[in-house]
Amino acid sequence: MSVSQALPGPHRREMDPYRIGHRHGGSGGGHGHPTGHGEGGPAPRNVVVAYGFWIFILSDIVMFSAFFAAHAVLQVATAGGPSATVLFDPSHVAWETACLLLSSFTCGLSAVATRVRSLLWTEVFLLITGLLGAAFLLLEAQEFASLVARGASPERSAFLSSFFAVVGCHGCHVTAGLLWLGTMMAQVYVKGFRPNVLRRLLCFNLFWHALDIIWVALFTIVYLVGLGR
Amino acid sequence: MLGKLTWQAIPFDQPIPLVAGSVVFLTVAAIVIWVVAKGHLPYLWREWLTSVDHKRIGVMYMLLALVMLLRGFIDALMMRSQQALAFNAPGYLPPEHYDQIFSAHGTIMIFFAAMPMMIGLMNFVVPLQLGVRDVAFPTLNSTSFWLTATGALLVNISLVVGEFARTGWLPYPPLAELKYTPGVGVDYYIWALQISGVGTLLTGVNFVTTILKIRAPGMSYMRMPVFCWTALAANLLIVAAFPVLTATLAMLALDRYLGFHFFSDTAGGNQMMFVNLIWAWGHPEVYILVLPAFGVFSEVIPTFSGKPIFGYRSMVAATLFICLVSFTVWLHHFFTMGAGGDVNAAFGIATSIIAVGTGVKIYNWMFTMYGGRIRYDTPMLWSVGFIVTFVIGGMTGVMLAVPPADFELHNSLFLVAHFHNVIIGGVLFGGFAGITYWFPKAFGFRLHEGWGKAAFWFNFVGFYATFMPLYVAGLLGMTRRLQSYDVASWHPWVLAAGAGVLILLVGGACQVIQIVVSILRRDELRDETGDPWDGRSLEWSTASPPPAFNYAVLPNVQGEEPYWEIKRRAIETQQLAAEPDYQPIEMPRNSPTGFITAFFATITGFALIWHIWWMVGLGIVAAYIVFVIFAWRDVEEYEIPAAEVAAIDRERRAARAQWLATHARVGEQV
Repeated sequence: MSVSQALPGPHRREMDPYRIGHRHGGSGGGHGHPTGHGEGGPAPRNVVVAYGFWIFILSDIVMFSAFFAAHAVLQVATAGGPSATVLFDPSHVAWETACLLLSSFTCGLSAVATRVRSLLWTEVFLLITGLLGAAFLLLEAQEFASLVARGASPERSAFLSSFFAVVGCHGCHVTAGLLWLGTMMAQVYVKGFRPNVLRRLLCFNLFWHALDIIWVALFTIVYLVGLGR
Repeated sequence: MLGKLTWQAIPFDQPIPLVAGSVVFLTVAAIVIWVVAKGHLPYLWREWLTSVDHKRIGVMYMLLALVMLLRGFIDALMMRSQQALAFNAPGYLPPEHYDQIFSAHGTIMIFFAAMPMMIGLMNFVVPLQLGVRDVAFPTLNSTSFWLTATGALLVNISLVVGEFARTGWLPYPPLAELKYTPGVGVDYYIWALQISGVGTLLTGVNFVTTILKIRAPGMSYMRMPVFCWTALAANLLIVAAFPVLTATLAMLALDRYLGFHFFSDTAGGNQMMFVNLIWAWGHPEVYILVLPAFGVFSEVIPTFSGKPIFGYRSMVAATLFICLVSFTVWLHHFFTMGAGGDVNAAFGIATSIIAVGTGVKIYNWMFTMYGGRIRYDTPMLWSVGFIVTFVIGGMTGVMLAVPPADFELHNSLFLVAHFHNVIIGGVLFGGFAGITYWFPKAFGFRLHEGWGKAAFWFNFVGFYATFMPLYVAGLLGMTRRLQSYDVASWHPWVLAAGAGVLILLVGGACQVIQIVVSILRRDELRDETGDPWDGRSLEWSTASPPPAFNYAVLPNVQGEEPYWEIKRRAIETQQLAAEPDYQPIEMPRNSPTGFITAFFATITGFALIWHIWWMVGLGIVAAYIVFVIFAWRDVEEYEIPAAEVAAIDRERRAARAQWLATHARVGEQV
């Protein structure tokens, strides 16, 4: 089909005289006010990166929601084994929560230090964040070990399977976060506050706070609801 | 040392997979040797394997899709021929082999043919249509592609090393649990899909960000082409649905590897939870596939009708309606679970309602054609073929949405015919329409029309000849996945379907020939203008193939069909727009990160399948090192000097000016 046979021209417009569905916003010809955003062209790099990372975090939260759903279904399926009221130790979980929430606070302080471009304080607060994260992981490992020692391993019942999976999944995220944190500390030290390092620090902050949000949900749905059952 | 992997894993006693595997291996080896011997390897590595250019990645996705489509089609031929022979007879495929074939067919067709085809089209087209230079995260995009390729590779390795799942394309427990399926087949399935699923998820993140944050000046939401809208909806669905697949498969993996009890039939496991979770991903998945195809038709039909799309806003609304409602219908895949009348009614009604969105689109496409000057080039043929076929598939879908009818038709060949009707008639026809439509944009020459039309007609007729008999067989009570059967009344319909698949085979051959002939005769099919179809959206305003930077200057969008307006103005004023002020352009540097990450992902996946734990550790550590090296690089972009940009763009403008001159002469006669 050659171009000449398909000739554009003024008469074409009359083939669609009512222009249904075209009248607002997008209407052509250079006049009319466009609806929605997009007037200025592509967004700046730091907006794009943070936005993309938000979308990723949302997808991560969706993944957790599947584990939460599984736990909601299976938390009564103890198969004659121990239940939440017997197993969970509220004070232990409270310490875990304290470590994680505090690490979120110090993570926020590191962001403040980054904003004023203080290399030393950024590193110091990142280090404290990491140590608190590690303490959280240690406490969690302790909890898991004591459960297994009491015969409450994931193979025991579907309830315990889903418990270990949802809490362990969060623990894996914290571990990955610590690895990232260590890498970021090295990178900040070597490369300084160049733009891409700043964007990564921002993403790390988002990630760390998101883990906190998930822990709040975990604490409520898995531990509190489990104990109150 | 090598976990469960021993020489027994190679099926020396089974000629079919061994011969097939050897042929594939020798072909790949021959291609690699040819590439190395001819000295193409550096070029291939520099320009393609490490490319972060969305256009190249799109082309590689399409290539992967077409190769895997061929593989899946061979599986289909084997299934149809087995059933044709297996009336009161064992046929030539033993049950354990037949079960692997239908599992592999479904897995490959959905994950490694249909998905890459749609994602490939989105990769190639979306940034061009938005009038920008690349996606939001180009290196991530390359990583996504290579992780998808890893999944495809693992599934194909299972042909000769070990076995593939025998559990169907969705491994329902308890059959898929270790107790009942102790082999590595399900493990191949799990890790191939986990790895490629991560790739797909990252694609989703990338494209949502691109479409919402990176558009040309003036490209407001209500000016985006419908294809971009459907791409946005599909990628939103990816972001919301694929994590559920990841979680579900992780749970199945925990069951199989560590003795958890998510879905087991002991210790309180709940098998129906798997079915619910997998379809909470699975139903959005079918819209992830079909929405981009709807987008393709929404580009092709206006172009070949010479009219703007009818009801643009209702098209956008219908797309987002489908996007939302697709999350509320998953239970119709298992009405027979026994959730009760109320639940089934709710999901049945939701399922019927979602058809309304598609109905709106069908009418819009028809009204777009109404009163237009329609040209039946190959892309348009696929589109019209789609409208007819998809309506039939949609109506049988609404039939299945009625719970009492579904109780009769559940797991019958009627269901098989229905979903092939919508996936072939929708996704595949859309993919082929898109390939013929955008091929000249990608390569600078058109695909051969004659062979393209032949391919369409054989595929169109072949589709009906294959699947209409299966509807009948299903209504006669024939269930799916039968290795052999003894009901005489089914036999003629199965034979008819067997004949139909041969017509499809001819159609497939036509398509391969079409590509070969087109490449051989590319000089006479050459398109110098960059606008071979008299297009309406921005991608047709740049050269074919587009330069690495797509647009020398980002277009300033002033309407819904920006290129149509530019073209009209050029014809009316008899001149091109004034030459812009060329600036140097920063483009992302190519990076082997994606390729190397996928290499280690392949090793990790293979090691997980065979329980080779040291290799798992090695793969993960190596992947982390790649990540750090990537993060440590200092130069991320390179600059194309203004003079080079100007030179490239002036060449395009020269071709346009020439086109305008011929065009004006014809125009005067109208």
